[in-house]
Amino acid sequence: MTFREQLITVAVIILATLIMRFLPFVIFPDNKPTPKFIQYLGKVLPGAVFGLLIIYCLKNVSVFSGSHGIPELIAIVITGALQLWKKQMLLSISVGTISYMLLVQFVF
Amino acid sequence: MTALKEKFSKDKRKVLKRAAYVAFPHSLPILAGYGFLGLTYGICMSVNGFSPLFTFLMCVFVFGGSTQIVAVSLLTSAFDPLNAFIITFVLCARHIFYGLSMLEKYKNLGLKKIYMIFGMVDETFSINYSAEPPGDVDRGWFMFFVTLFDHIYWILGSTLGAVFGTLIKFSTEGIEFVMTSMFVVIFINQWQKDKSHLSSLFGLGISLVSLLIFGADNFIIPAMLGIFAALTLSRNYLEGKAGAENDLP
Repeated sequence: MTFREQLITVAVIILATLIMRFLPFVIFPDNKPTPKFIQYLGKVLPGAVFGLLIIYCLKNVSVFSGSHGIPELIAIVITGALQLWKKQMLLSISVGTISYMLLVQFVF
Repeated sequence: MTALKEKFSKDKRKVLKRAAYVAFPHSLPILAGYGFLGLTYGICMSVNGFSPLFTFLMCVFVFGGSTQIVAVSLLTSAFDPLNAFIITFVLCARHIFYGLSMLEKYKNLGLKKIYMIFGMVDETFSINYSAEPPGDVDRGWFMFFVTLFDHIYWILGSTLGAVFGTLIKFSTEGIEFVMTSMFVVIFINQWQKDKSHLSSLFGLGISLVSLLIFGADNFIIPAMLGIFAALTLSRNYLEGKAGAENDLP
C-alpha cells in the first residue's frame, strides 16, 4: 500500500468511527424532545451494555484449551467479592488485576 | 467591565480546576489499562514499520483501541477502503448504544460536547455514565476531563510504546485485565442501582449466547440486535417496574 493509500484508508476509518459516535446525537439533538421510546432505551441500556462489555473483554478466552478460563474466573470473583465487600472501586480493580497477573505469570 | 470579565474567568478557572481534580482519580484505572494497551499497540505499529509520528496521529484522530489494532492489519494488506469502512463500522456499532444512553447526560454542554462525543470510547462511556461526582462539581466539565485524560493516556502510552517499547524488560503479562476488572465493578454498581436486573441479565446472557453461536469476531452485532429486541419486548414490564425509581438523576 502506498502512503497515499494509507492516508485514504485512515480517513475512511476515521469517517466510519465518527458516524457511529455522532449518529445518536445527530438524530436526537438537544433542542428537540427525545421520543419516549428512545428515553426508555437510554435508561435501560446501560445495564445490558456493561454486561456486553464484560463478555467483549472475555471473547478470546477459550474454555476448552490453555488455562480453560480459570485465571479469568478467579480474578473476576476476587474483583466482584471485594467490590461487594469494601465498595472501593480502585481497590477492587487493582487487587483483581494483580491477582490475574500473578495467576497467568506464575500459576498457569 | 474588564473587572467583571476577570472575575468571570477566575470563577471559571476554579470550576475547571475542581472538575479536573475530581475527575483524575476516576480515570486512574484507565491510566493503567491504556498505559499497557497503548504500549502493546505502539510496539505493534513499530514492528509493522510505522513511524512513532504515524502512531501518535492515529491515537489523536482515531482514538479507539480495537479499531486502531484492526487498522494495523488493514493498513498492511491490500488497498480496500470499502472493506476498511465496513469493518470499522461494525466494530464501532456498540457506540450507538453509548450515544443513546448518554443523550440526557450530554444535553446542553456547549462546544465541548463535540469533543466528548468524539472521545466516547468504551472506558470513557463507562466512567461518565456511572460516576457520581460530588454536588459542587460541574458535571459537564467533569465528563470532559475524564474524556481528555483517557485520550492523553492513550496517546502517551502508544507513543511511548512506539518509541521505547522494545526496551521493556519486566513482564507486564496480564495487566490488560484491568479493563475487564473495571467493567466488572461498574456492572456490579449498575446492578445494585437498578430495581430490575433484567437488562443486566440480558446483556450478559444474550452476549454470551451470541459469542457461542457467532464466535469472537462476529458476535457484537447479533448481540446488540438481541439486546435491542429483548429490551423492546420487555418495555411494559420494565417501565412498570421502574416507575418513579428510574427517573434520571
